Amino acid sequence: MIGTLLLQTLALAIPYVLAALGGVFSERGGVINIALEGMLLTGAFFAALGAHAGGTTLGLVAAVGASAALAGLHGLLCVRFRADHVAAGLGINLLASGLTRFLLMACFDSASNSPMLPGMGQGVLASPMLWGTIILVALSHVALARTPFGLRLRAAGEHPQAAHSLGVPVDRVKICGVIASGALAGLGGAFLALDNHQFTAEMSAGRGYIALAAVIFGKWRPVPVAAACLLFAFADALQIELQAVLSGYKQFVQILPYALTLAVLAGFIGRSRPPAALGAR
Amino acid sequence: MSPTPLASLRAVSKSFGETRAVQGVDLDVASGEVLAVVGENGAGKSTLMRMLAGIHAPDSGQVDVAGRPLAPRPAAAIAAGIGMVHQHFMLVGRLSVAENVVLGEEPRRGFFLDLGRARAAVRELSREHGLAIDPDRLVDDLSVGERQRVEILKVLYRGTRLLVLDEPTAVLTPDESRRLITMARAFAAREGHAVVIVSHKLDEVLSVADRIVVLRRGCKVSTALRGATTAEELADAMVGRHVELPRRTAGDAPREGSALLELRGLKVRRDDGTIAVDGICLGVRGGEIVGVAGVEGNGQAELVSAVAGLARPAAGSIVLSGRDVSRLDVAERQALGLAVIHEDRQLRGLLLGLSVAESFALGRTSEWTRRGLFDRGRLAASAAAGMKRFDVRADGPTTPVAALSGGNQQKVVCAREVGRQHVVLVAAQPTRGVDIGAIEVIYRELLADRARGAAILLISADLGELRALCDRILVLYRGRIVGEATAQEASDERLGRWMTGAESVGEARDA
Amino acid sequence: MRELVAPALAIAVCVLVGNLLILAVGQQPLEVWSVLAAGTWGNGYGIGQVLFKATPLALAGLSVAIALNAGLFNIGAEGQLSLGALATAVVGLALPRSTPWPLALFAAIGAGVIAGAVVGAIPGVLKARFGAHEVIGTIMLNFIVLALINWLVAPGRLAQPESQSTAPVIAAATIPRLSSFVPALGGSAASLAALLAVAVAWLTHFGFRRTTLGYELVAFGLRPAAAEAGGIRAGRVIVVAMALSGGVAGLVGANNVLGYKHYFEAGFSGGIGFMGLAVALLGRNHPLGILLAALLFGTLSQGALAINGVVPKELIDVLQAIVILAVVAASSDVLRRGTR
Repeated sequence: MIGTLLLQTLALAIPYVLAALGGVFSERGGVINIALEGMLLTGAFFAALGAHAGGTTLGLVAAVGASAALAGLHGLLCVRFRADHVAAGLGINLLASGLTRFLLMACFDSASNSPMLPGMGQGVLASPMLWGTIILVALSHVALARTPFGLRLRAAGEHPQAAHSLGVPVDRVKICGVIASGALAGLGGAFLALDNHQFTAEMSAGRGYIALAAVIFGKWRPVPVAAACLLFAFADALQIELQAVLSGYKQFVQILPYALTLAVLAGFIGRSRPPAALGAR
Repeated sequence: MSPTPLASLRAVSKSFGETRAVQGVDLDVASGEVLAVVGENGAGKSTLMRMLAGIHAPDSGQVDVAGRPLAPRPAAAIAAGIGMVHQHFMLVGRLSVAENVVLGEEPRRGFFLDLGRARAAVRELSREHGLAIDPDRLVDDLSVGERQRVEILKVLYRGTRLLVLDEPTAVLTPDESRRLITMARAFAAREGHAVVIVSHKLDEVLSVADRIVVLRRGCKVSTALRGATTAEELADAMVGRHVELPRRTAGDAPREGSALLELRGLKVRRDDGTIAVDGICLGVRGGEIVGVAGVEGNGQAELVSAVAGLARPAAGSIVLSGRDVSRLDVAERQALGLAVIHEDRQLRGLLLGLSVAESFALGRTSEWTRRGLFDRGRLAASAAAGMKRFDVRADGPTTPVAALSGGNQQKVVCAREVGRQHVVLVAAQPTRGVDIGAIEVIYRELLADRARGAAILLISADLGELRALCDRILVLYRGRIVGEATAQEASDERLGRWMTGAESVGEARDA
Repeated sequence: MRELVAPALAIAVCVLVGNLLILAVGQQPLEVWSVLAAGTWGNGYGIGQVLFKATPLALAGLSVAIALNAGLFNIGAEGQLSLGALATAVVGLALPRSTPWPLALFAAIGAGVIAGAVVGAIPGVLKARFGAHEVIGTIMLNFIVLALINWLVAPGRLAQPESQSTAPVIAAATIPRLSSFVPALGGSAASLAALLAVAVAWLTHFGFRRTTLGYELVAFGLRPAAAEAGGIRAGRVIVVAMALSGGVAGLVGANNVLGYKHYFEAGFSGGIGFMGLAVALLGRNHPLGILLAALLFGTLSQGALAINGVVPKELIDVLQAIVILAVVAASSDVLRRGTR
C-alpha cells in the first residue's frame, strides 16, 4: 500500500515537476506563465504524434520542439509586443486546446484520442524520465545560480532597466527563459502521453495550473518547487488510493490541491515574494 | 583644446511625445576635464546624458566618441568607454554587490559564472579608487551612499574613461559628497579620462568643474569656465529671468491657539520592519506653516504616509482638530479636514490616463454626487475654476492629464487639495521638478491658505523654500527630530549640521 | 478610428491563419468561408442561432470587462456561471407552479446572479484581505466550485435518478424564444435573453460613466496608488468589482437554464467563461464593442457546425484562439493593469 502510494506519487509528480521547472525559468525572467497548461498539452500531443511515427525518442524530440515553439510565441507576445502576460497565456492555452484537437482530427481522424503508443520501460522507477527529471532539477538550480545566463535572467526579472543599461539583451534573455519553460513543460507533457500509452483530448486537465501553484509555493526556486510538486502529487496519489473508501465524497479529496494552493496564496502557509518585475511590460 | 574631444554631441534633439526634452544641443567633453551640466529640473540634462550613454537614440543629430559615431545602444556606449551613474540607481536589489558589478560582462569558467574572480575584481577596484564595499552583501541591505559606490564600481569595472554622474550628491551627506568629488577629480586627472557631472547645486559645481554648461528648456544657453562666472550668473541663466518668489512676510506672526495637527510619539515602520519614523512629537497651529527639513530617506515619506492614512503607525497617535485619527482610513481623515499633496504626483496624485477633471475629482467625489449619480457637468465647472485660480495651462478640464507638463500637473494636484474643505494641509515636496512659474503659484497659494487659517506641514528638501514659507523649521534625521529653529534663526550651516546628524538639540531628540 | 485598428488587425490575422489551415487539410478557403457565411447569416434560422450563441458570449465579455475596468482579471467565470446556473435551476424548479411569470423570472435570475456574485467575491476577498493574486485565486476556485457542483448534482442529491441533471424549472420561469415573436428566425434557439444582454451592456456603460462607484472602479483600475491616496478604499473596490463581475457571469448561467435547457446539466459551459476575455478584448472593453465582438464569436461558433462536413470544426477553436492572441498583442493599452 505505502509502496504503491509512493510509486504513484513519483509518477504523478514528473509532469508537475517538469512543468513547474519551466514556470521557474519563465517567471524568474519576469514573464508570468499561465500557459504551462497549454504547453503540457502540446507536448503530450506531439509526443504521441512523434512516437506514433517513429518511436519514443522522436516523440520526445517532437514534444520538446513543438512546446518550445509555442512558448516562443508566448515570449514574443509578452516581451516584444508588450502584451499582458495573463491574457496572452490564456490565449496560448486556448490555441493549444484547439490546435491539438484539430490535429487529432486531421492526423488520427478522432475527436477524443490517439491510437495506442509504445511506452517507456516498466514502472516509474525504470523510466529514464524519472532520473532525467531529477537531473533537470539539479541542473536548473545550477543554471540559475551559477551561470551568466542565470544571473542575467534573474536580473531581467528583478530590474530589467538595470540589466538593459549594462548592455544585457534583456528581451532576448527573457524570451530564452520562456522557451526553456516550453521545452521543460513539453517534456512533462510527453511523459503524460507516453505514460498513458495514448494522447487523449485535454489530457493536461489543469496540471499546468497546479504546476504554477507549485512555483509560487516553492518561492520560485527549483529545489523547493520540486518539493512542492511532490507534495501536490502525494495529495493526488492519496486521493486515488482513498477513492475506494470515500466513493461518494471523492470530490472533496479532489479539491485538496486547489484549496492548499489558495491557502498558500493567501499567506496562511508562509509567504512568498515574487520576482520584483514579474508581469512588467 | 585637444584636437579630438573624448566625446562630442552634435546638434542632438530628443522629444518624448509632445515634450521636446532636448533641442539642438552641441557639447564637447575634453580629455582631462570635469564638465558640469546645470539646469533646472526638466531642462533636459538627464536626457542629454542618456543620449551620450546610448540609452536614448537622438531624434536628430549625432553622438561621436573619440571621433567615431556611437550606435544608440547601451552596450556600444559601454564598449566605447562611457559609463553613466544614474540619478535613480539601476541596481538589482536581490543580487549581491559582485553580481551587480559583473552583470552583462561576467567572468566565466567554462559554462559557469566565476564568482571568485568577480569578488576579486570588486575588491581591487574598491581599493584603487577608495570605494570601500563588501562584494558579498545584498544590494537591498546597503545604504544610499553604498549603493552609489556600487554604481560607480559597475562602470569602472567596464573600463570607463568618461564617467557621467547624474545628480550624484542629491542623496549624499556632505561628507560623502566631498569624498565623491575627490574621487571624481582624481579620475579625471588620469590620462585620457574625463568626468561629466549633472547637478543643480551651484556652489558644488563651481568648486569641482573646469567648465560649466547651462541648459534651459532643452537648449544650451551658456558655457562658462570656472573662475569666470558666479552662482548668481548661473542661476539667472538657468531660470532665464530674474524671479522674485513670494515669501512669508516678516512680522506676520502665527496665530495663537491649540494645534490643529498634532503628532504624539509617532513611530512608523518601513515595509521591511525597520523603524523609519522614531517617536516624533510635533504640533501645527492654525495659520502656521511648519517645515520639515532633512536629507531624503530619513523618514519623510513614511511620516507623510502615516499622517495621510496610507500607513499604520507602529506606536503613537495622530490628532486632527483634537480628535485621534490614527485608526481612521484616508477617506475618514479627508472628511475631518485633512488635505495632502503627495510627493510623487504621478504615482499618488493623478489618474494618468484620464482627464484633468477626473484627477480633480479624486477624493472629492461626494461634492458632485447625488444619490449615487456622478454629475460630470458640475465637476467640469469646478475643475475649470480650480484650473483658472492655479493658472493650469491646458485646453480644458477634459484634456488628458498626462498631456500636461510636470508643473501644470502639480498645479492640478495643488488646486484639488487646497480647494478641498480642510483645516490641515500636508505638502510633501510640493515644488519638486516643476518650473519656476508653477513654484510661484504654489508658494502664493500655500501662503494664502495659511492666511485663511489652515495648519500647514511642509516637507521639503529645499532649504530656501522652507525659509521662505515656514514659521518654524524642524529637522528630521534618522526618523527623529534633531533640531528646531525659527525661519530667522535657521542658517544653511546650522540646518545642514542637523541634517547630517553632526549635531542635535537635546530636548527635541528625547521627545 | 484608432480604436478599430487592433480588432481589424486581429480579424485579418485570423483569416490568414484560417486560410493556411484550410489549405493544409486540402480544401479551398473561399468555399469554406462561403459555407460558413451561408450557415450563419444566410437564413433566418442561422441568424437566430448566431444570436443564441452570442448572448452568453456578450454577457461573459461584459463580466470580464467590469473587472478589467477595475484593473482585475476575473478568469473565474467558469465557476461563477456554473454555480449561477445551478442556483437558477434549483430556485426555478422549487417555485410553486402558480407563481406569476415576472416573479418567477425575477427569483430564478436573481438566484443565479447572487450565486455568481458570491463565487466572484471570494477571490476578491482573498485579494483584498490577504493579497492573493486574483488570477490564481479565480483559477483555483474554478476547480473547487466545479468539483463541488459535481458532488451536488448527483442522483440522490440534486440530480434526477440515473442522470447528471436537475428536474426542469417551472414553465413560468422560462424565457420565451425570439422565434415565437419573429417567426422568420425559423425555430432557432435564440431567446429574449438576447435583449437582456443588450440591457446589461447599457447598464454597464451607464454605471461606469455616470455613477460614483463606476468612477472609483476606473480610478482604482488605472492608478491604484493614486486612488488609495485619494481615499478610495481598495478592498471595497476589489470585492465589489469581483462580485459585480461574478454576478454578470451568473447571468450567463441563468440564461442557459431559463432561456435554453430549462434544467441544469453538469459541464454545459464549454469554456465560455474563458471566451469572455476574448470578447472583452476584441470589443476593447467597451460595451458596444463587446456586443459586436460577441456577434463575431457567435458567428464563428455557429459557423463551426456549418463547415464541419468540409473541414474539422475544431478549426474554429483554433481561429478563436488566434483572434485572442492577435488582439492581445495589438491591445496592450487596454490591459494597462499593474502598479505603474
